[in-house]
Amino acid sequence: MKISNFNNQFFRGLKIVTEKDIRIYYTKTPVIIFGLLFPLFMFLSFSLGKDVDFYIFFPGFLAMFLFFISSSVGPLITPWEKQAGTYEKLLSFPVTINTIIFGDIVAGMIFGIMINLVILSAGLVFLNYSLNVLILIIGILLGAFCFSSLGVLLASPSAPNPSHIMMLSSLIRFPLIFISGIFIPLENLKGIGRILSYFSPITYLVDIFNFSFKAENHMSLIIDYTALFVFSVIFIFLSNKFYKRNLMKGL
Amino acid sequence: MTNAIEVTSLTKVFDKLTAVDHIDFQVRKGEFFGFLGPNGAGKTTTIRMLTGLLIPDSGNIFIDGTDIRKNPIKAKMKIGVIPEMGNIYVDLTAKQNIILSGRFYGISKRELEKKADNLLEQFELHERKDDIVKVFSKGLKQRVNIASAIVHEPEILFLDEPTSGLDVQSQRLIKNIVKEMNHKGTTVFLTTHNIEEADILCERVAIINKGKIASIDTPEKLKRTFEQTQSVEISFDKPINGSLIEESRLVSRIEKLGDKWKLYTENPDRLVKYLAKFAHEHDLIFTSMEICRASLEDAFVKLTESKKHEN
Repeated sequence: MKISNFNNQFFRGLKIVTEKDIRIYYTKTPVIIFGLLFPLFMFLSFSLGKDVDFYIFFPGFLAMFLFFISSSVGPLITPWEKQAGTYEKLLSFPVTINTIIFGDIVAGMIFGIMINLVILSAGLVFLNYSLNVLILIIGILLGAFCFSSLGVLLASPSAPNPSHIMMLSSLIRFPLIFISGIFIPLENLKGIGRILSYFSPITYLVDIFNFSFKAENHMSLIIDYTALFVFSVIFIFLSNKFYKRNLMKGL
Repeated sequence: MTNAIEVTSLTKVFDKLTAVDHIDFQVRKGEFFGFLGPNGAGKTTTIRMLTGLLIPDSGNIFIDGTDIRKNPIKAKMKIGVIPEMGNIYVDLTAKQNIILSGRFYGISKRELEKKADNLLEQFELHERKDDIVKVFSKGLKQRVNIASAIVHEPEILFLDEPTSGLDVQSQRLIKNIVKEMNHKGTTVFLTTHNIEEADILCERVAIINKGKIASIDTPEKLKRTFEQTQSVEISFDKPINGSLIEESRLVSRIEKLGDKWKLYTENPDRLVKYLAKFAHEHDLIFTSMEICRASLEDAFVKLTESKKHEN
């Protein structure tokens, strides 16, 4: 039997875990509800019947969609697999816990980027921006990675049912939306509101998007990119800790 | 020659419960090894540690000479694991499940297609290879589970109660395939709570209870221990002298439990016939009678007692 080099094991495992997640979890009802319908309804409730200047708010909406979509897959996968009994099987394959974590992150990331590109294309048709493409692409990639990592972290507590984790994830994701600069531009936020906004990774992506769409930003791009990267590292580090601690819980 | 599995002083504690308590054993290459114990004895915890799913609190595990704690990936490449039940992706088809498993071991696409088709044929799943597993019966799901665990032709196969709750046809098919793999050289580690299953399949059996191994021996010798722990529980309408029954020489041990007598015997059938005669001769009426089959717990107690006597 041909068994390829162990050095390729991580990337091979990552690719297979990602493909498995894409095939199985993208069409699951909780992902559709929490990833697509929630941000859509939030967008509609903010914009319908109101005099909203989409030219100003579109970068924020785009960041919100990327956040919701990228972070919707991760919270579902592990609780679902533990309940179905497939997690034990997955762990018995020649993969490490980190391979599984990164595979889940990449799956959420791809989902977020795909849907985000559709929304971006629609926005560009109706709104006239002079786009800084490179800044935008790096922002989308880093944002999707960061939000997807958060999604995977949210799945780390042991819960008897995936719906419990989805509810917990909503409890954490909604406040992060409200304290970011999506609905109120950062420059209008004052006092505690402004301080709180720095604790939401979405704030930094909104700032990147504002720069790439309108050449307006509140912080420097270096700070924005670094913040997203640091948030990602923290989320992955905590995921690793909690996943290892709760490995057998719920099996 | 290194052993397929070597375990020394393996221990796992959950909170205050010692699930596995300093166990030692070796499984030879190509051996069919049974791990027998009642529910909650520590079988699944042991198998999870042996397959790298759980990290032991102390002790060592070597899989074909590889320390699974130091090099889990290398060790996992050599093993196939069949957890207790239904551990397959029900949203995928039977063939997709087998291919998904095979890809983790780096088998080339063409080879994997061929292997998957052969396994589907072997497990009598070929006609349903493109059906989503969600609609499969328990037995069919377990066949897919096993097929996907052996697609990479593992050197060592771990099975955790693989036939529990299955239909007779699936049980027979699974046993035959595992036996065939063993004949071809695969080492098999089977956990079960069924002494009959262990007797048919295994060359050696370890008995575990409350996290400790009581004995490792051939199934035949262990079966003899089991037979000695069968019993008949009786009670009569009047008190009797237990020594009168002991005189029959059909009873190896007598225990009085309230108004009942527990009579240990190797031959419950002969003892019941004797008791009927005894009751008739002494003008007694049976108020209850029950034949108790040998339990693993009883066998464990007996094995532990004989070990103490030997010491």
